[in-house]
Amino acid sequence: MGSLMELFLTFAKVGVMTFGGGYAMLPILQRELVEDKGWATEEELADYFAIGQCTPGVIAVNTATFIGHKRRGVAGGIVATLGVVFPSVVIITFLAGLISNFSSFPPVQNAFAGIRVGVCVLIFNAICKLWKSSVKDVLTLCIFLAVTVGSFFLNISPAIFVVAASAIGVILALAKRGGRKA
Amino acid sequence: MILIRLFWEFFKTGLFAVGGGLATLPFLSRIADTTGWFTQKQLANMIAVSESTPGPIGVNMATYVGFTTAGIPGSIVATIGLITPSVIIVLMIAVFLRNFKDNDIVKKAFYCLRPASTGLIAAAGLSVAAITFLPSAVPAASFWKVLDWKAVALAAVLLFLTRGVKKTKKLHPIVWIAVSAAAGIVFHFGGV
Repeated sequence: MGSLMELFLTFAKVGVMTFGGGYAMLPILQRELVEDKGWATEEELADYFAIGQCTPGVIAVNTATFIGHKRRGVAGGIVATLGVVFPSVVIITFLAGLISNFSSFPPVQNAFAGIRVGVCVLIFNAICKLWKSSVKDVLTLCIFLAVTVGSFFLNISPAIFVVAASAIGVILALAKRGGRKA
Repeated sequence: MILIRLFWEFFKTGLFAVGGGLATLPFLSRIADTTGWFTQKQLANMIAVSESTPGPIGVNMATYVGFTTAGIPGSIVATIGLITPSVIIVLMIAVFLRNFKDNDIVKKAFYCLRPASTGLIAAAGLSVAAITFLPSAVPAASFWKVLDWKAVALAAVLLFLTRGVKKTKKLHPIVWIAVSAAAGIVFHFGGV
């Protein structure tokens, strides 16, 4: 029981110290888990992170589940995951309540109108970064364009695009495998 | 029952949003359209709060949307809905698939999935841009009349500072959100 509590608290600490999630979390995980606790090696952490990117869901959550599972089995995986999301739930619930109480004040409305412009720029910058790691050739460019246009103009769930794109990948891999055998 | 619906919507988001960071955005934008629980404008505000507070963005967004929709129980249920599929999938991979990420088929699937995920975020970004720069929906003919020039000017300055100037490029997003908020208050961006 003691070590489950420790898992929870350690990942809660990681959750508090991470801003933005994803890659921002890596240096904090390195210090907390590899250097301080010795719960994982650098290589294991890099592996977990790579798999975390290749599985659905929030990367920080995936990594927490992996390390928790390694320490204490399924219960550990669940406890570590609850730990990493706990600070977010507390902080955001508090802030959201605060904002909804003050949202009718003109300065707050003006601030958020300004903030939305900043958010557009941040999204644009995030897309430019993602572009570099995701659009590598004609095939990936076509997928990007088709999904951007399709998702913006058609009223279709994003899940459909996710399933279709991975299906294309699986078919191509199988075709290649089949071609090699023949 | 709104809590069950919340859980289900966020379960789907957690199941299909791949790649972290803003990957949940297109799904939340879709939830806004289909359920009417919150507007696209509110969603843009939520992104700002999620980027400026600790914790993974996806989790912060789920908590915020859950709270807006159904109070504190909503924030807990939405967050648990979001993380449930990944916990199940990751536990299965940890138990069964040791060489998961080296598998050819998995590699190719993600090779094709990544640009799709980027495209989905781009499309959701366009929706946010539309409500930001074109505050009142009007016929396309008068596009230039409704374009919010103050917003365009601020975006140009921010783009320059976050991409063009070495000294300010690396600053944390929270800095830019604070700058945008200040500009919004000083220049009355909301028109009030």
